[in-house]
Amino acid sequence: MRLLTHNMLSSNMKGVSNGFPLRIEVEKVVEKQVDFNPDFLKNMFSKVHWKALADASRIMGYAELPEEADRSMLDSDDFLRKFHHALLELHLEEGALVCPETGRRFPVNKGIPNMLLHEDEV
Amino acid sequence: MWYLCVFYHRLLDYRKPEVESLAELFGAFDSDQGDPQIQNHCLEWRLPLHHHPDSPFHFVNLPSEDVARKVANRSILVKGMYELWGEGSSYEELEDSIRSYPEDRKLPFLDSGSTFKINVDTFGKVLSLEDQNQRIQGLSYIPFKGRVNLKNSDNKFWLMETDDYGSNNGLPPIVHRRIFFGREIGGADRKLMPTYQLKSRTYLGPTAMDAEMAFLMANQGLATPGKLVYDPFVGTGSVLVAAAHFGAMTMGADIDIRVVRDGRGPDHNVWSNFKQYGLQMPIALLRADNNLPPWRPGLKEIFDAIICDPPYGVRAGGRKSGGRKLLKGAVSPYTVPDEKRTDHIPSTAPYCLVECVHDLLDLAARMLVMGGRLVFFYPVLREDDSAENHFPEHPCFKLISSSEQILSSRYSRVLLTMVKTGTYTEEVAEAARLKHIEFKENHLKWLEDGNLHSAVFSPADAHSAAAVDGKFSKETKPKYRGKYV
Repeated sequence: MRLLTHNMLSSNMKGVSNGFPLRIEVEKVVEKQVDFNPDFLKNMFSKVHWKALADASRIMGYAELPEEADRSMLDSDDFLRKFHHALLELHLEEGALVCPETGRRFPVNKGIPNMLLHEDEV
Repeated sequence: MWYLCVFYHRLLDYRKPEVESLAELFGAFDSDQGDPQIQNHCLEWRLPLHHHPDSPFHFVNLPSEDVARKVANRSILVKGMYELWGEGSSYEELEDSIRSYPEDRKLPFLDSGSTFKINVDTFGKVLSLEDQNQRIQGLSYIPFKGRVNLKNSDNKFWLMETDDYGSNNGLPPIVHRRIFFGREIGGADRKLMPTYQLKSRTYLGPTAMDAEMAFLMANQGLATPGKLVYDPFVGTGSVLVAAAHFGAMTMGADIDIRVVRDGRGPDHNVWSNFKQYGLQMPIALLRADNNLPPWRPGLKEIFDAIICDPPYGVRAGGRKSGGRKLLKGAVSPYTVPDEKRTDHIPSTAPYCLVECVHDLLDLAARMLVMGGRLVFFYPVLREDDSAENHFPEHPCFKLISSSEQILSSRYSRVLLTMVKTGTYTEEVAEAARLKHIEFKENHLKWLEDGNLHSAVFSPADAHSAAAVDGKFSKETKPKYRGKYV
């Protein structure tokens, strides 16, 4: 699971009002190279929740992202490379996503988050 | 400028929408906002004299040769796009027509420094090699100065001939003999089909999308580098493979964890289907329920296209969260003890088509960028003549094309292409939420109403059985198969 995916997901259990961002429990992180595409990154920048991404990348062991970011930084190639790496190249291979409100664990196995709810949670 | 667009004689309903989508992708509608045709993102089409809409020969008006070439080369169903130099109902007429075509359009391609080749093609008839050569010799009135190169020529010319109906040329009886001569601009790369054919795919499911159809879907969704394409019913990834081939970033979800996570082993899974063709891996695969999507609040307008084949209950039925008994109200929600939570497999219930499509439209309305496309298959029972009025609608979407593919005597599937034209307002979201609750509370009623499986597979009644049975009906079966091809 890439951090872009983490940035899009929340806990959608019944009764949970604030299920984002999901806390990451790391068991195994892998890095996979992805083609650098600045247009895609610029497009995604406005849609990404920056703080959640910066925090998540730190938990995954990558501390290069600034705490805050704005559009003007997209002109910097260095910034784009870091953004690219954090958003697309860090993978949570094994671990879990934990609901911040209830502590429910959504397991991540073989890189696939399992977001399906149990009977009493829908 | 008008071009002769010759199609492969298959998937007739899909041919023009594909060209129109690709014309949009390559900027044919970018200019001249005053023209209503351009504003509606429709191309101007014309048929040759005495031809039927099902004919493979069409004329299409495109802004430039460059656009025409890009459209043709990216397409799946365009056999060739040509600059027409002449046409006629006989070779005499053809000669007059070619002679009167402006010299300044012809001469640059007849230059002594260039190489050329003339192909002869026929539709609904066969010409011997001898006849073909004779016809090429008959074109000697065209002042070709260049050298012939059969393998790799600069300019390719085509002589195309179709006969009157009667010798069973595969077209409806109104089509008359027509001969065309033109210079090739471009054409589909059909080598993609053997490369991507399902039988050589390492990981397949029972409803994996046929490669040709998947490419058509990706073209309808305008998949291109830098765009993000989502499939909420990803299965073995066959639709996303086509989108990734055209350079799009892809993302997929499925409710069945065995399919998305495990596959049939380390090198037989969704990832390996991308690796097999050297394609960029999906950005994400996840297990999620389309009925209860796990997207964070506030997330919207992130996908450029949603392309999918929803489970509509004929070949495969959809599933959603919540047990059958749970939704019936027969049992109250079952709380899993803490120690069993990790390995618990949540129960799922059948997901009726109406609800599935409702959820899909709601998801697309929220998650697609403005102008983004929703491309999906929708089943239609064929005895229902008024089918066209029954396509799903949504205030945020405009339907731009519907292409039917007949699957059996009972039902067809229609590829719908919709464009997002309205913002996802709070009213729309609230209406969707109320509808979601209604579906949940009347689970059984909706399930029975939308049961397509029984309509497709129930035994035929006596009346229609008699009509299908026996030699009589076989003899009267029309030779022309239209949308069956």
